Amino acid sequence: MDTTRSTPDAKAINASGVNAPLEPDPTDPADILPERFAAWFSARGWAPRAHQIALLDKARAGRSALLIAPTGAGKTLAGFLPSLVDLADGPRRALAARGRKLARTGIHTLYISPLKALAVDVARNVETPITEMGLSIRVETRTGDTPAHKRQRQKSLPPDILMTTPEQVELLIASREAEDLFADLKVVVFDELHALVTSKRGDLLALALARLKRIAPSARAVGLSATVSDPDELARWLVPQDGTEEALADIVTVAGGAAPRIRILESAERIPWSGHSARYAFPELYAAIKTAKTTLIFVNTRSQAEIVFQELWRINEDTLKIALHHGSLDVAQRRRVEAAMAAGGLDAVVATSTLDLGIDWGDVDLVIHVGAPKGASRLAQRIGRANHRLDEPSVALLVPANRFEVMECRAALEANYVGDQDTPPIRPGALDVLAQHVLGMAVAAPFDADALYREVISAYPYRELDRATFDRVVDFVATGGYALKSYERYAKIRKTKDGLWRVSNPAVAQTWRLNVGTIVEAPMLKVRLVSKVSGGTPSRGGRVLGEMEEYFFETLARGDTFMFGGEVLRFETIRENEALVTRTKDESPRVPSYAGGKFPLSTYLADKVRAMLADPDQWGKLPAQVADWLRLQRLRSVLPKRDELLIETFPQGDKFYMVAYPFEGRLAHQTLGMLLTRRLERLRLRPLGFIASDYSLAIWAVNDLGAAFAAGRPSPGQLFDEDMLGDDLEAWMADSYLLKRTFRTTAVIAGLIERRHPGQEKTGRQVTVSTDLVYDVLRSHEPDHVLLRATWADASAGLLDISRLGQMLARVRDHVVLKGLDRISPLAVPILVDIGRERVGGETDETLLREAADALVAEAMG
Amino acid sequence: MIRTAAQSRDDLLSDATPFAGRALAAATVDLAGVALDLMPEGVAWWPDERILIVADLHFEKGSSHARRGAFLPPYDTAATLAQLGLAITRLQPKTVISLGDAFHDPFGEERLSPADRATLAALQRGRDWIWIAGNHDRGIAATVGGTILEEASIGPFVFRHEPSPDWGEDAASAHAIEVCGHLHPTARVALVPKSVRRRCFATDGRRLMLPAIGAYTGGLNILGPAYRGLFKRDGLSAHLLGDGRVYSFPGTWLRGD
Repeated sequence: MDTTRSTPDAKAINASGVNAPLEPDPTDPADILPERFAAWFSARGWAPRAHQIALLDKARAGRSALLIAPTGAGKTLAGFLPSLVDLADGPRRALAARGRKLARTGIHTLYISPLKALAVDVARNVETPITEMGLSIRVETRTGDTPAHKRQRQKSLPPDILMTTPEQVELLIASREAEDLFADLKVVVFDELHALVTSKRGDLLALALARLKRIAPSARAVGLSATVSDPDELARWLVPQDGTEEALADIVTVAGGAAPRIRILESAERIPWSGHSARYAFPELYAAIKTAKTTLIFVNTRSQAEIVFQELWRINEDTLKIALHHGSLDVAQRRRVEAAMAAGGLDAVVATSTLDLGIDWGDVDLVIHVGAPKGASRLAQRIGRANHRLDEPSVALLVPANRFEVMECRAALEANYVGDQDTPPIRPGALDVLAQHVLGMAVAAPFDADALYREVISAYPYRELDRATFDRVVDFVATGGYALKSYERYAKIRKTKDGLWRVSNPAVAQTWRLNVGTIVEAPMLKVRLVSKVSGGTPSRGGRVLGEMEEYFFETLARGDTFMFGGEVLRFETIRENEALVTRTKDESPRVPSYAGGKFPLSTYLADKVRAMLADPDQWGKLPAQVADWLRLQRLRSVLPKRDELLIETFPQGDKFYMVAYPFEGRLAHQTLGMLLTRRLERLRLRPLGFIASDYSLAIWAVNDLGAAFAAGRPSPGQLFDEDMLGDDLEAWMADSYLLKRTFRTTAVIAGLIERRHPGQEKTGRQVTVSTDLVYDVLRSHEPDHVLLRATWADASAGLLDISRLGQMLARVRDHVVLKGLDRISPLAVPILVDIGRERVGGETDETLLREAADALVAEAMG
Repeated sequence: MIRTAAQSRDDLLSDATPFAGRALAAATVDLAGVALDLMPEGVAWWPDERILIVADLHFEKGSSHARRGAFLPPYDTAATLAQLGLAITRLQPKTVISLGDAFHDPFGEERLSPADRATLAALQRGRDWIWIAGNHDRGIAATVGGTILEEASIGPFVFRHEPSPDWGEDAASAHAIEVCGHLHPTARVALVPKSVRRRCFATDGRRLMLPAIGAYTGGLNILGPAYRGLFKRDGLSAHLLGDGRVYSFPGTWLRGD
């Protein structure tokens, strides 16, 4: 292993494969690989791989292609090889663009990556073969960090190959030079396509691709992707959609390399009922780190990362070099960790999904996943980070944090062995992104609405967009799209006599350019460490530790302690856009950081876990204490069959509980908790609160829920009637902060609220009008406005997971199993333990205020 | 099947808002021997004189932003008028005093939609209406109706837009009460498991500051730097706007942002 220490140059070596091809070669490379390239390969002692040749073949045939390959298969070189071969033939002849003869050529290959760091990394790696073969090919990068003069020069003298990000592509196609830049375009390469397509950035990129295809109709699209559940979908995404089945790119698949060696930590310790920190396993985890050269420790949330990092250092007797990496840490801090990692200077890094993609991480020989992976594909991709070589097995250790997670890890492990995937499907294109793009296309040049509509629906995510909705989006861009037409005189774009839509003034274009993009950060506050506070006024100065969401601090009072950057901090106050904190001696923070993961349990894994629960034959694969737990459950209560929904009721203390086990993920359960609580309230059962986990949902009430259910008031059918997704959902949504948060993102992307104005940068905090207030007004006056439609679509898919809830309700119809118990069941213990540790739903601000104010009055009255 | 928001909103309106069939719980404060009711709509009510006081309506804030390309929904004036209308219909004041910044900018009045203009005129009909000038709407057109003043004194009260920093320091103001707006007061109450932030009335017995009730108006925490020197900490109380009710808390319960 020591012979392949990773350096930027070495990555190119790894990526193109050290060994001979794994598969028999369908095409004779000699036919298709020019002499110079064949010589380069053999000088390095390599043979080109079958998929690399296959992509050359696709290029020669002028076909778009999707390459699906595991990490380490040499995807990147496969993506670039055809361009290098084409460009190696010598200087290109300039095409005539827009009828003018140009003295130079436009961009030949556009490479688009989700991360700017990845674009820079790949550019460096592609330089290696270019230099070694002495090719005269210019490769440049263009990101948000590229200096203005270089960007300007790239427009007047474009490189042959441009490596960039989705946002930069949108800016380029909206520039005056777009037609000249892209008239010669031969190929667009999308790296990590699987990660791009499921986000709003993917929507923006799909629209940009549609525009590129209009400018250069013969340009090919090439997607590089990890293994996904529905490759056809990605293959369609790459080519213009015309409603036919044939509109898809050719798919080249590389079979997986050596099967990973995954095991689940078999702890001698007691596995806890609940929680997310996996504290019980830290000594064993530490021992595993010691045996490996470099370990990547993945966790699901920032707060888990904090806990794991802190606990490992507490027991770090050998002073191993263990670092922390998550998205909220100061950028400079993260860069230092990345550099140290690449240089082989670290023993372990605790990381969140910020490290999911991309760059080579040096000689990682062990991946530890703390907590359940939540999805089979996510696990596969994370494991792929270890041992970036196709032919050697990755080694991974799964560390479940609680007993349900043991089953989930088991399910994920089995899925990994059979290669099952559960990547989410591509959703219909978002309307806020379309609004941003429509304005961009007006910035590019005056547009004809009919032509732009045809172009938009050729993009895969928008293929089913109806014309009326498109027109409403155009109307929104022009004047806000309100029924009350009061903003005509301020229109951003106007339809002129020639029937074309034009930008009203240059300031509109300038503001658009400053606001391009779909990544809307939650309003963030810098976390600044200040010295001890005396007399109530914290001193200035001190180090910035990183950033955290403003929402988090909204809920804190002065003196509350929380964990950040590996230490426990005391919240002092908010000053402008900074949260001032001091050090504290407290070992355990008072405010439980939000322990829930942002990734919901995948439907696939949920089904596997339900199956495992229902089938005692499978329990042999589980640790004895977990199998015992299930046996006890069977004895004391029941274990639901795979398609059943178990509801248990029991008294505990002076309250009555119901616990449901849908296994549909925390988001769907939270929504369900809200809806069931409302329903129980209407039935006068006086629910008090609820709590949701990825696996189950508990509701407690003043009245005897078990007795009410037993008497059929309500019947299971009534309680879980699908009509709860109608009125109740609407009524609850009206006030849901989740929806307001979604609305803010939508409003920013669509351009209703501008993040930045020419000459001034605004932070989230300084957006002049609260989007919560705008939401309230819009919702009560124009509930079918296009922005609210976009918000609803986002929220129901994301934060609320309504579609999943709907499927669940349909699935369990007539399959609800009621079990009245006189005491808590083994299966119910985990969620009840969570009460007091996690935020409880169902308590509104209004209730809190009322109770506190009433208590004050009562106290005053004596 | 998911119903449109409009349908269910009507359902909601029928039993929830506007406080139909429920007694409204106002908070009553005693200022210089006069009892003022602080209403959940965010207005103060002087029952003896039948005077209704309101601050910072910021009509036409939406269209003010639209001029610069941010097309906020053009319904904020209608929403604010509806809120004010609830209080006026219920209380039937003899006089309404607006404490300034009734319009977001001096040209706001010209941009009123015909419908909103008619609503405002209907609210003004049959009563005296005093517009105290604020920093946002100074110079507003007289066509707005009513009387435009810099400030007004009635009984123990001085009505003005901005609080004066040295209020209560000299003999002239020692026994008078300043009633003002301008800063859009909000308060955060530290509760378990989280703190709650709302628009509020704030008073220390010498001065009463009203919340901004414009549909798009934000707020500033009354413990923030903008309020330095304005309220005596020991006599401070905040009265938070709730759903059909005003929640009163002493200053000791409050937290900064």
